[in-house]
Amino acid sequence: MNLVRLIAFLRNRLKTVVRIGLAALALLVALDALPGLVDKEHAHTRAEHLPAFWAVFGFVGCVVLIVVSKWFGKAGIMQREDYYDDE
Amino acid sequence: MSELWLHPALILLLGALLLPLVPGRLRPGWLMLVPLLVFARVWAMPSGVFGQVQVLDWTLTFGRVDALSRIFAYIMALMTGIATLYGLHVKENGQHMAAWVYAAGSLGAILAGDLLTLFLFWELMALSSVFLVWYRRTPQSLAAGFRYLLVHMAGGVSLLAGIVLHAQAAGGDLAFNLFDVKHPTLGAWLVMIGFILNAAVPPLHAWLPDAYAEGTFNGSVFLSALTTKTAVYALCRGFAGLDILVPLGVIMALYGVVYAVLENDCRRLLAYHIISQVGYMVAGVGMADLDTPLGQLALNGACAHAFAHILYKGLLFMGCGAVLHMTGQSKFTELGGLWQKMPWAFVFTLVGGLSISAFPLFSGFVSKSMIVAAGFEQHRLWTGFLLMLASVGTFLHTGLKVPYFIWFGQNRCKPETWARAKEAPWNMNAGMAVASALCIFIGCYTPYLYRMLPYPTDFQPYTAYHVSETLQVLFFTAVGFFLLLKKLTPEPTISLDTDWFYRMGGRAFLRFAERRAQAVDNWVGELYRWAGLIPLKAAAFLVGLFDNHVIDGLVDGLGAVVRAVGSRLRTAQRGALQESLTLAFAAVVILVVALLLLF
Repeated sequence: MNLVRLIAFLRNRLKTVVRIGLAALALLVALDALPGLVDKEHAHTRAEHLPAFWAVFGFVGCVVLIVVSKWFGKAGIMQREDYYDDE
Repeated sequence: MSELWLHPALILLLGALLLPLVPGRLRPGWLMLVPLLVFARVWAMPSGVFGQVQVLDWTLTFGRVDALSRIFAYIMALMTGIATLYGLHVKENGQHMAAWVYAAGSLGAILAGDLLTLFLFWELMALSSVFLVWYRRTPQSLAAGFRYLLVHMAGGVSLLAGIVLHAQAAGGDLAFNLFDVKHPTLGAWLVMIGFILNAAVPPLHAWLPDAYAEGTFNGSVFLSALTTKTAVYALCRGFAGLDILVPLGVIMALYGVVYAVLENDCRRLLAYHIISQVGYMVAGVGMADLDTPLGQLALNGACAHAFAHILYKGLLFMGCGAVLHMTGQSKFTELGGLWQKMPWAFVFTLVGGLSISAFPLFSGFVSKSMIVAAGFEQHRLWTGFLLMLASVGTFLHTGLKVPYFIWFGQNRCKPETWARAKEAPWNMNAGMAVASALCIFIGCYTPYLYRMLPYPTDFQPYTAYHVSETLQVLFFTAVGFFLLLKKLTPEPTISLDTDWFYRMGGRAFLRFAERRAQAVDNWVGELYRWAGLIPLKAAAFLVGLFDNHVIDGLVDGLGAVVRAVGSRLRTAQRGALQESLTLAFAAVVILVVALLLLF
């Protein structure tokens, strides 16, 4: 099946895929910093004019969500699967 | 004018009713024809008020067609067709019938012009949808279905009480229009509680992940589309601009995301993301002060997001449902590495994941941004930023965690799971393909969706700034995901939620009641022993004595009978006591409801 072969092709070249991904990230931030290209008039707050504001927001938000949720879960919310079973 | 108006729900109900009579060979055709007819009927409905019926003092309006009800009816009819196609190979008529009656309830509620008709169809939805959970036929689904039903009945009572109070204050006017959101009355609050229970606003949300994760593989597709979004419609209609909905919506959006981090069952994770996504809509409704252009933008956003959400969430439930159907597993700890076995299910689920994450060129991008933009432009900065944070969580789970831990990652499949896994039947893939195509079409060609919105809009999602903002947020979320992959490794746990209170509370009540009942019961039993059994025994003893002396053997039997009658009397009394206790509780409940209705 073609689809399987395509995924296998990409998986065999994981390093290259990751490199391309990282390059895309750098390019994205660089393009955003170019004043002529991305019109920051649409920004709502001052902070958004900082270069790579949303990149930092995405990364920090992701880390905070994972850490806080895991802490919340370990504080007693996560229980073994048969929690409700025993009478 | 009302004589010839054909209610689309009626087509579905008749279609469901006739389904058992359709011969086997024509069944797939019938299953596709009926939703198509319903969709055509909804599409061709002219605007106006139809189907008015006079009952006692009330005028019931079955068909109020305007831009708001039309867009919701359109997407419900469309999704009914897609979900039926997805479950086309299901042999059991009852499952299709339950789904169609449920969809008919949703259409009826959306087109209802008065509160009584709304309530009627609202309850029809609850009663029919529970079968989509029960048909899974596991002990867990049976219990989850009962909890689902009880919670919805409670919501229904609140809704009905609110309707009665509201109608009384309004001099018997039952019309379903915007409530006075600046000065809500008690009746309005009760109606709102009924609505937000169905919209799964915390803390009234726990029924949703509880039931949707236990539903059948195709039943949950219907469930994910209909109940919460019908409630969003009702909120749009009745409570646009009610300020409290903004914080509630933001809390919802983040609540669902936090629980999704902890979740091990992929369909329960998706269910928590329904709560999160409906949070955007609820916040949008709260911001929708309809006298202002920005409020209209917010309401447009809520409707557009509901429309897009039904398609991509249905698609996600179809993708995970396909995995469940083909492998029998839905837990991340029992799956992994399936890309070789089910590549198409992966692609479709990924399309759903990218749509829900609001990737440019996918449907979520053009709908979610309306709500977030309305928030920022109304200078609700906290709302805007927190909704952006919820977007981060959405991509983290639905765009990354679900595809990664099912189709890639460590292969945790048991040998039998692995052997079973293969691509889903053609009709399931066709259903997913249609939904995927629509998700991409909506994302690429905005006029299709924007023209259906209740207010005319020139909203432009594809600005360089917005695209750049979104891509940065999403790509750097992905960086965070891969860096913290170890922390996200699924664990075989469940997460306690607010259903704990009624699941454990119910048990505590039962134990308490049992002990009390037992005590009274024992006492009554004891009384019988003293007053009944002991004299009887004594009588038996005397009879025995007499017997020894007079008629050997014959009366021995009589003594045994008397003793047996005595103990029988005792057990019978115990049974009756529990019965009367139940009856007493029922009477109290009925009395409370009656009092609520009368005063």
